[in-house]
Amino acid sequence: MSILVDKNTKLICQGFTGKHGSFHSEQALKYGTELLGGVTPGKGGSFHLGKPVFNTVRQAVEETKAQATVIYVPAPFARQAIIEAIEAELQLIVCITEGIPVLDMLKVKQALKGTLSRLIGPNCPGVITPEECKIGIMPGYIHKKGRLGILSRSGTLTYEAVWQSSCLGLGQSSCVGIGGDPIKGSDFVDILKLFNQDEETKALILIGEIGGVAEEEAADYIQAEFKKPIVAFVAGQSAPKGRRMGHAGAIISRGRGDAKSKLKALKRAGCHLVDKPSQLGLVAKKILEAQSNLLKK
Amino acid sequence: MDIKEYQAKRLFKKYSIFTLESQVVQTAEDAFDFAEKSKGNVFAVKAQILAGGRGKGGGIKIVKSSQEVKKSTQDLLGSYLVTPQTSKKGEFVSQVLIEKACDIKKEYYLAFLLDPLSSRVVVMSSSEGGMDIEEVSEKTPEKILKIPIHSFLGFQDWMAWELASFLGLKKREEVQEFMNLSKKIYKLFIEKDANLIEINPLVKTKQDEFIALDAKMSFDENALYRQAELQKIYNEQEKNESEFIAREHGLSFISLDGEIACMVNGAGLAMATMDIIKLYGGEPANFLDVGGGAEVLKVTKAFEIILKSKKVKSILVNIFGGIMKCDVIATALIKASQEIKIKVPIIVRLEGTRSQEAIELLKKSNLNFTTVDSLDTAAQKSVELARG
Repeated sequence: MSILVDKNTKLICQGFTGKHGSFHSEQALKYGTELLGGVTPGKGGSFHLGKPVFNTVRQAVEETKAQATVIYVPAPFARQAIIEAIEAELQLIVCITEGIPVLDMLKVKQALKGTLSRLIGPNCPGVITPEECKIGIMPGYIHKKGRLGILSRSGTLTYEAVWQSSCLGLGQSSCVGIGGDPIKGSDFVDILKLFNQDEETKALILIGEIGGVAEEEAADYIQAEFKKPIVAFVAGQSAPKGRRMGHAGAIISRGRGDAKSKLKALKRAGCHLVDKPSQLGLVAKKILEAQSNLLKK
Repeated sequence: MDIKEYQAKRLFKKYSIFTLESQVVQTAEDAFDFAEKSKGNVFAVKAQILAGGRGKGGGIKIVKSSQEVKKSTQDLLGSYLVTPQTSKKGEFVSQVLIEKACDIKKEYYLAFLLDPLSSRVVVMSSSEGGMDIEEVSEKTPEKILKIPIHSFLGFQDWMAWELASFLGLKKREEVQEFMNLSKKIYKLFIEKDANLIEINPLVKTKQDEFIALDAKMSFDENALYRQAELQKIYNEQEKNESEFIAREHGLSFISLDGEIACMVNGAGLAMATMDIIKLYGGEPANFLDVGGGAEVLKVTKAFEIILKSKKVKSILVNIFGGIMKCDVIATALIKASQEIKIKVPIIVRLEGTRSQEAIELLKKSNLNFTTVDSLDTAAQKSVELARG
C-alpha cells in the first residue's frame, strides 16, 4: 500500500519534449515509473525518449490508458494544460510548473470542482512512492521503501527529511510535496486523509512554512481524526513580516500566517514539534521504535 | 507587488471610478501651486509610501490653506515615515499627493481580494468605512459582508443588491451607482491580475456620488509578464539594489539586518537555515534561495550580492544536492570565491549526491572553506566564526 501512486500507476507527461520535461521524464523512466508517453502540441506522431508523443491529452489517454499526468509546461500555458487534463478525466494531475498567475489557479480550482481529478501542486516537487513510482523532480536515490509518510510545502526541505530518514534506515511509504503557492490543488488536510487510511504508513513527518492557514487547518483535522503520530516542523520562524520568502505563499501578511500560531496549533493537536529540521529523522525514528516495541510486548 | 496610492488612483481614473481632484508632487512649491489653482478650502496632504497605516503614523494631514499645504508637504518630503506597518526606520517619502477635499455624507469600506480559503475572489464591504478593518473584523465581524465570486461567471448583479442592502443603500439610483462601481472595480481586478483592491474609505457625497478617497492595490508578480503597464511601474519602483540584481539572475534574495549570510537551495530550506542560525544565537544577514541550478555565474553573483552588506562576518552555504550533484556545486563555489576573493569565512554544508567528492574538492582548494557535515554544526560554526 501507499498513497496516490504505486507500481501500477500509468503516467503521461505534458510538456514532454521541453527541457524540464525531457530531463525529469528520463529520470522517472530510470526510476522505473511507468511513463507511457507525453503531450506536446505540434509534435504528435513523433517519439521522444522512446515513447510516443501526442498533440492532446485526450489522444494520449486514449492510446496509453494513463490515469496520471505530470505537467512541466511553462507558466503562461499551465492553466490550459491543467484544465485539459481535468477534461480528459485523469485521476491524478501533478503540476510542477512554478510561477502560475493566481487568477489562473482560481479558474483551475473552479474547473476541478465536481470532478474526480486530484491536483497536486503547482510549484511543487511532486509525489513519490519509493521503489515503485516517481512523479516529479525529486532525486530518486535518496528514497527508500518504508513506513514513514512525508508531507511538505517545501521542496529541498522535504529531501532533507527523506535523506535523514533513509540514512537512519527508516524509509518512506509515500512522499508528497503540495507546493509553495497560496492557491493549490491539494492542501495538507486532503493528503492527511489519504495517509490516515494507508496501512503502510505508521508515522508522518509534516513540514509547514509561514503564510496562509494550511497548518492551522491541518492541526484541526489531526486533532479530530488523525490516528498516527506526527513529527512537525514549521520553517520561517525568523522571517520578517510582509516579505515574500521565495514561495508566493510564504508571507506573513495582515498579522496572519506567522510560525508561532502554526506551532501552537500543531502542538495542541498533539504533534511532536522539532525546532531544527535536523531532528526530524531522529524523532521519527524514536516514535517508530517505540511503536514496534509496544507491538512486541 | 504593491503600488502607491496615486498610481492606484490613476488606474481608477482609467476605469472611470471617481477619485478626488489631486496632484502628486515632489516639491512644496508644486504643492502650493496646485492648491492655489484648484481653489479648494480643505486639502488632504498624503505621503506616498507603499506601507499602510499612514494615518496613524502622521503621513496624512488635513489642512485649510495653500500655505499650510506647502508647509505640510515640506515636512513630509524627505522624511522617513514610521507607521504600524513599516520597519522602525520607516519609509522614505519622495512623493506627496495633494487632494482637494469634498463634502462627505457617509463613509464605507469596499474591497475585492483573493481568498485562499474559498479559492475565489471575494468582495467585502462594511458600513464602518475609514476604520481599521482588521479591528472591525475582530470586534464586530457582523458588520462585514463577504461574498465569494465564481471564477468563471464573475461579478453578478445580485451581489451588488446584497451588498447595497447590507450597507443600507435604499434609493434605486444609489444602488445602481454602487453596482456600476463594483463592476468597474471587479473588471480592473481581473484585467490587471490584482490580489487586492481596497477602498477605505469609499465615500458617498451630498450629491450621492461614490468617490474612492483612498486606494490600496496589490498585484500578482507571477502575472507581470502579461501586464505591460504594471511591469513599467514595477521597473520604476525604488527598490533594494541587491534584491533587484538578485532577481535578474534568477536568485530569490531578501536582505536582513544580521551578520551571518546564507546561501541555500530551496525556499523552505533557506528559511529553515535562517531559523537555525537564530537558534544558535546568530542573526541572519539575508534570505537567499539560489534555486535548482547552482552554476558558477549564479553562485558568483550570489556571493557578490551577499558581500555588498558590510555587516557580513561569515557565510553559511547549505545545499542539498539532489539532481544537481554536490561536486558540481563545489566547483562553482571554488571558482566563484577565486573570482571575488572573499575575506570572511565560508562554512559549507553539502549533502546528497557525491557529497564526499565535493568536500574533498573544497579541502584541496586551500581556500577559506570550513566544511561540516550537519546543518547544526554549520550553524554553530557560522555563529562562532562570525564572532571571531
